Amino acid sequence: MAKGDPGVSTRGRRAAPRSRKAAGADPDLVQLLTPEGERIDSVTGPDGTVYRADLTDDEYRGLYRDLVLVRKLDAEATALQRQGELGLWASLLGQEAAQVGSGRALRTQDMAFPTYREHGVLYCRGIDPIMPLGLFRGVDQGGWDPNEFKFNMYTIVIGAQTLHATGYAMGVTMDGRMGGDDGEAVIAYFGDGATSQGDVNEAFVWASVFNAPLVFFCQNNQYAISEPLERQTRVPLYQRAAGFGFPGVRVDGNDVLASYAVTRTALDNARHGQGPSLIEAYTYRMGAHTTSDDPTRYRIASEVEAWQAKDPIARMKAFLTKQQLVDDDFFAEVDEQARRESLHLRERVLAMPNPEPVTMFDHVYPNGSPLLDEQRATFNRYMDSFEGSAH
Amino acid sequence: MATETLSIGKALNTGLRRALENDPKVVIMGEDVGKLGGVFRITDGLQKDFGDQRVIDTPLAESGIIGTAVGLAIRGFRPVCEIQFDGFVYPAYDQIVSQVAKMHYRSGGKLRIPMVIRIPFGGGIGAVEHHSESPEAYFSHTPGLKVVSCANPQDAYVMIQQAIASDDPIVFLEPKRRYWEKGPVDLDAPLADAYPLHASRVARPGTDATLLAYGPMVRTCLEAATAAAEDGRELEVIDLRSISPLDLGIVYDSVRRTGRAVVVHEAPSNVGLGAEIAARITEECFYSLEAPVLRVTGFDTPYPAARVEEEYLPDLDRVLDAVDRSFGW
Repeated sequence: MAKGDPGVSTRGRRAAPRSRKAAGADPDLVQLLTPEGERIDSVTGPDGTVYRADLTDDEYRGLYRDLVLVRKLDAEATALQRQGELGLWASLLGQEAAQVGSGRALRTQDMAFPTYREHGVLYCRGIDPIMPLGLFRGVDQGGWDPNEFKFNMYTIVIGAQTLHATGYAMGVTMDGRMGGDDGEAVIAYFGDGATSQGDVNEAFVWASVFNAPLVFFCQNNQYAISEPLERQTRVPLYQRAAGFGFPGVRVDGNDVLASYAVTRTALDNARHGQGPSLIEAYTYRMGAHTTSDDPTRYRIASEVEAWQAKDPIARMKAFLTKQQLVDDDFFAEVDEQARRESLHLRERVLAMPNPEPVTMFDHVYPNGSPLLDEQRATFNRYMDSFEGSAH
Repeated sequence: MATETLSIGKALNTGLRRALENDPKVVIMGEDVGKLGGVFRITDGLQKDFGDQRVIDTPLAESGIIGTAVGLAIRGFRPVCEIQFDGFVYPAYDQIVSQVAKMHYRSGGKLRIPMVIRIPFGGGIGAVEHHSESPEAYFSHTPGLKVVSCANPQDAYVMIQQAIASDDPIVFLEPKRRYWEKGPVDLDAPLADAYPLHASRVARPGTDATLLAYGPMVRTCLEAATAAAEDGRELEVIDLRSISPLDLGIVYDSVRRTGRAVVVHEAPSNVGLGAEIAARITEECFYSLEAPVLRVTGFDTPYPAARVEEEYLPDLDRVLDAVDRSFGW
């Protein structure tokens, strides 16, 4: 699927979908694809909104391809870290569906504010997946142009970006860019841990009272490093929205179709002037918080196994197979593309040069600083004083 | 005398354990300090042994950690707060600067906030942004706060206990890149007899120039002194230990003997600790100085990408270069 709008589409032709109210084992959860790969035609959310993902066969296949590619690139980054080529990596393993679903729900004009784990959304925005690896390798502090790709820099300080997203969304309103189908919407990514931060709660207040065209997209992956969700909240996170005066919905974050449908609806509501909303994408961080972390210290294997059974890619594969939406070669071809792209990524990471030390003085101020100019000159003289210096 | 070889990290862990044993009002709180034992394992095993009422995994909110610790302190507890990384302290900055620092003053001395705010600080570990900063000047500039940093396992073990026992609110800066460096620790010496918390100390005596540092840069200065000795220059290294208030008595004595002083810290130079120290030395030792007090610091840029931090951080070469410049004055 291309970046942006997958368009209005027809339902999978051999699908035999069913409708239901969000009910059963988890009545809160909006799900359009069960872990077994069974398609659900539509689901009614807690506020009566009907969610459906009527995509073309190409789009279903495209989502599968995205999921596989994003996972493979992520695994390659983890491997590169293990081999000392990256200083650190924050893996998205397990959260592919929440990221691809929401990422593909964005229209071209929409703006996203990520944390440091949104490699899948970054991919959907059309950004070269090498970009975040520069940050984690330590050769730069980001690299892509946030305005060009409508995807802000990664934010590591927990929750800070939710306020930036809110302000950006207020700007959309002030610029009169809301209202029609071509209106702009904004999405703010954050995690379950971030919901405890003052910044995030302040963002909820501001977005609400200014009716900002904003979707708060919380990937609840159950852990803030070692701390389980229970340390952040006593109520389901999506229910917090009510107290701030906007709707909240919990979606199966391992279901790419539901993640897509719920996000698309929320973004469209926002762009049409209906204000902010909160999506809680209920998912699981299958790996460590980062490569510096050892999750065996704080969680048990059986829990991880239970979530393994809800794998986002397996269910999409089951769906495509059951509905005969793919021919025999499809899965092998996707795997081959993933292998190629990850190899390409690896080669380029290994070839990534270290920056010239003096570049650390660049970009401190748009208008420069005499003090810093002097410091840079002194630094250059100092570096030149070493024998064999290339300066 | 039970002297053991411990890393700085393990010495802090042992000191915290001692503090929890000795005073039931001591509580540790922070993100991941419980089951995980902190991302640097400084609180490893403490929740297991003292329970989750005394070693508290907090919600992920730094302002909340410090703000609730103020309430606990008013109630008579002695909170030891861990901020996971230097760059994550700023959401708590308002609570620290506006509330923690001023509570005693505003209450006319009726309220005490015997809080320790532990922060792993400084660079050199190849980390991503916000994980390598040196925020000591912000806190040192705030009346009502005290700021200290340890540079070796013995001080780590003793100073953390002294800080917890102190009724002053103390920002306790831990040199994270030195966590794994080992040294002897006397575990049995009574705390009451220990070297005072807010006192600097000669880490290596010398006669030709004085190097001043705290935390991670003490080791760097000691290495520079070793290298200089091979060239026939004896550098005195002083571990300042207390960043605020500064204890400069032995510094003045030293500079009056050597006539030269170089201050070393990782933080940027502009309006940093080096400026304060240089000004005070100039005021007290003006007629003894053979050269201006020089500073070797991080540059006045945001902390750079990890692949160039080696050039950003003061190292042995830059320290010796400054010593050369002092002699060449």
